[in-house]
Amino acid sequence: MTMSAELPVTLERADTTAAPPPSARLLRYARPALGLLLPVGLALFWELWVALGYSNGRLVPPPTKIFATVMELAKSGELSRHIAATVTRVAAGFGLGVAAGTILGAVSGYWGVVRQLLDPTVQALRAIPSIAWVPLFILWLGIFETSKVALIAVGVFFPVYLGVMGAILSVDRKIVEVGRIFRLSGPAMIRRILLPAVLPAYVVALRVGLGLGWMFVVAAEFMGASEGLGYLLIDGQQLGKPAQIVAAIVIFAILGKTTDWLIELATAPLLRWQDAFGRQGGAA
Amino acid sequence: MLALEKVGKTYPNGVHALERFSAEIKPGEIVAIIGGSGCGKSTLLRAIAGLDRASTGTVTLDNAVITAPHAKIGIIFQEPRLLPWLSVADNIGFGLSDLPADVRREKVAQALARVGLADKAKAWPRELSGGQAQRVAIARALVPQPEVLLLDEPFSALDAFTRRDLQDHLLDLWNDTRPTLILVTHDVDEAVVLADRVLVMRPRPGRLFEAIRINLTRPRDRSSPLFENFKRHVLTSLDRSLDRNVPDADPKTVAGEAMWW
Repeated sequence: MTMSAELPVTLERADTTAAPPPSARLLRYARPALGLLLPVGLALFWELWVALGYSNGRLVPPPTKIFATVMELAKSGELSRHIAATVTRVAAGFGLGVAAGTILGAVSGYWGVVRQLLDPTVQALRAIPSIAWVPLFILWLGIFETSKVALIAVGVFFPVYLGVMGAILSVDRKIVEVGRIFRLSGPAMIRRILLPAVLPAYVVALRVGLGLGWMFVVAAEFMGASEGLGYLLIDGQQLGKPAQIVAAIVIFAILGKTTDWLIELATAPLLRWQDAFGRQGGAA
Repeated sequence: MLALEKVGKTYPNGVHALERFSAEIKPGEIVAIIGGSGCGKSTLLRAIAGLDRASTGTVTLDNAVITAPHAKIGIIFQEPRLLPWLSVADNIGFGLSDLPADVRREKVAQALARVGLADKAKAWPRELSGGQAQRVAIARALVPQPEVLLLDEPFSALDAFTRRDLQDHLLDLWNDTRPTLILVTHDVDEAVVLADRVLVMRPRPGRLFEAIRINLTRPRDRSSPLFENFKRHVLTSLDRSLDRNVPDADPKTVAGEAMWW
């Protein structure tokens, strides 16, 4: 009984764990390596190009110089201070934006009246380029942390709001009817039918929101910050240190990719049930 | 006793889907509703299920008027409608959330064994074949032990072989607790195999045309001459129901039973 109950799981894994042939094992490691080929190749090329003297590398510093700058910043403790400042801002803004976007999106997805009341206003606000809020936020909330977090929250809010509302509106009526047949109450319907049904779209909305959060933290830190990766960018520009700028950009890329991956990792167990094109790795 | 009294339905867009449909269905009876497209079969079933309210008339189960889904009325749809994020076992236990977990597990395990899918308990719905998924849907509808089970063309999306298999299986399951079955179908063979009574409907607006009692003992032999006779009878009735020159039958003269008004 237990053996046979495990059957689907073992079947599913059979192609990856059951002693794959050497070529398959190679392929498994080759896939991620394929993604590294282009950036590593370009970096190597530029390093050689500068080393061979075809370019002085002053405006576009070679990788070793960028690495040296990062190490220098890290040694003095500057780097962790800047990273901590930026990550804190993104975390606070992301948290606020996700909370507001989820609640309002869910409410206006579920209740038609609320949607008719709220959605036109939200859509109108969405049409405003978010950077346009900057002067107003500075006037209202001051030049320090509050205005920065608010700007990031605004950037995160819209994709999450839209994602949640759209996902709830597009939940299959047939599945909702199953809930009605089993006489689920309103809250039970939300918890047992609507939430699981919108989860895949919600994860996408979170990832888009996080991406915008990283985008907006730079804008926020351009306006009078004394620390943070955005400050490193501005500082590098004003003092003519391209290596510092590129170093900050690279760190942004690493942080953005890592946090995105964390969301993916945290939600993957909740989405194992999906029967989607992407699960099979897409088209070869 | 399930009583339908002059049930009618006009949709907001003006479509007159069902008109004054009346019938009494005894506990444990199997009734097949058959008819051309647009004859209001599904409308009727959704009214009995409490999913849509009838515009006129009433549906009552043991003297309780049905206006919303009822604990004693289950339904199986044309598609399995399993929740893709729940395992097969959790799908079957979906309607049992009021019960303590161990009782629920026990009932689910029994139901799974009963529909022959004990080895699929932990599988996701996407890993099932069409026939298996519909078995799970049947188990999910039966496990809360409804008094009335509605089936809306439950096997029409399956291949002929699987369909026969599931028809026999449904009868087998029905024999356990003998709920009332009301089956909407457009498959004459299916109606005659399963039903005690076949209600033939005619379209525009949907209304009852003829009730045919199938006096055959179960299990029924699909190839016996008697079976063929009943099939022919239903087919003839269906043809006549679509012929505009044939007037609506006077309800009192059909079948001579008090199930009519």
